[in-house]
Amino acid sequence: MREILRSLGEFSLNLVRETGGLTLFLLRSLGLALVPPYRFRRVLEEIHFIGAKSLLIIFLTASFTGMVLALQGYYTLRKFGSESALGSAVALSLIRELGPVLTALMVSGRAGSAITAEIGIMRITEQLDAMDTMAVNPLQYVVMPKLLAGLISVPLLTAIFDVVGILGGYLVGVRLLGVSSGAYFSGMVQSVVSLDVNGGLVKSLVFGLTITLVACYHGYYTGRGAEGVSQATTRTVVLSAILVLAWDYVITSFFM
Amino acid sequence: MIQISDLARSFNGQPVLTGVNLTIPQGKITVIIGKSGAGKTVLLKHIVGLLKPDRGRILINGFDLTRARPRELQEFKRQFGFLFQGGALFDSLTVLENVAFPLREKSRLSEGEILARCRQRLAEVNLPPEVENKYPDELSGGMKKRVALARALIQEPRIILFDEPVSGLDPPMTNTVFHLIAKTHQENQYTGVVVSHDIPAIFQIADYVAMLHKGRIVAFGTPAEIQQVDDPVVQHFLRGEIDFWEK
Repeated sequence: MREILRSLGEFSLNLVRETGGLTLFLLRSLGLALVPPYRFRRVLEEIHFIGAKSLLIIFLTASFTGMVLALQGYYTLRKFGSESALGSAVALSLIRELGPVLTALMVSGRAGSAITAEIGIMRITEQLDAMDTMAVNPLQYVVMPKLLAGLISVPLLTAIFDVVGILGGYLVGVRLLGVSSGAYFSGMVQSVVSLDVNGGLVKSLVFGLTITLVACYHGYYTGRGAEGVSQATTRTVVLSAILVLAWDYVITSFFM
Repeated sequence: MIQISDLARSFNGQPVLTGVNLTIPQGKITVIIGKSGAGKTVLLKHIVGLLKPDRGRILINGFDLTRARPRELQEFKRQFGFLFQGGALFDSLTVLENVAFPLREKSRLSEGEILARCRQRLAEVNLPPEVENKYPDELSGGMKKRVALARALIQEPRIILFDEPVSGLDPPMTNTVFHLIAKTHQENQYTGVVVSHDIPAIFQIADYVAMLHKGRIVAFGTPAEIQQVDDPVVQHFLRGEIDFWEK
């Protein structure tokens, strides 16, 4: 019993420490976006890395997600004679939930782990210290551009995911299964309201910041050696996924 | 002048520096010797403000580094150059970009002036022009050290800290690096602090030598004076009698 309580206490303390550390890290880093020198070029480089380089994986994931949604949705809706509602079912599922969540999970797997590894290696090879001794703040040069890039790229990738997913659904629903093209799109226009789009946008903003924050934080405070970096990378992917799903529930309940 | 008084620092309850008192004269090269794990690198990192001490002060020309605000400290760091043990070159940048990095970030020189100065520095450390577009992982250990030296010198800092500048190098390359440090010091008259085990080669470039043992400075003087110190700790270290440390 005592052991359980001790473990619980240790877990709670770690949770508070980690949350506090993440919050301070976020505030310190984002605050540096307002202080010269402004790092527009670095932000663009990171948008290229987090955003542009994730396009292929987002295209693939989105098209298959849209296709499988249409396939599943068609046979379920046909039981009730509501095949015409396929467009709205696909669009709402993508815009409200699957678009933001799957985009975030994909970006976390591709870019989040790479960010942790990159910053972690910079830490253990003293590149961050070297930057510091040159009077260049590593939080401003390395971390802040990645956070801003996450904040900008993930909503854009989510929008692309939604559009590609809807087109994937169109391909299967309309071209393959014979749902009317007009019904597919008009159902979508009637059922999707701005609250759905706004909800998806808020989610993608929060997810974008969460993924890059977790990735940068674990890289910046990585343990010693290659093992430390490997553990930090694993922690990033696991924690990002958990936080994305937890935030998803919180934001969904707020918008309902 | 760098004045260190009663500097102490522990890591996870393990004391590393236990009360360092040391005055490093301006415009001279002071070499810090001591066994591995004695805290020499930790001391250097305190001098450049990368670590905060548990106790004690570091005054650099009257500026209290240990009590400075983060922004003041950040600006003050412009006076430093630091040659890291592993070079700490940015692996995503080429040699030329590495050397140009401090100037691009902190100077108002034009791109043409920056490149000209970088090429001059690279030539001074005996690196041929063809290495400038290579990445750090394409260089040998000696080349990396020389690129790191060029980068440490590029802003003409008033204080340069060298952490094991010749570790892992062969004797000819060791002499080359020491020669470069001596040459650049003669030209720029910076205050140099060198951490090294390389005895007696290090005495070629040292104006002063300080020995760190069990977290304290146990001897300080010119190379000739240090070799005359009676303290058995110093004598055993200079003669390389390693078993002594375990007693």
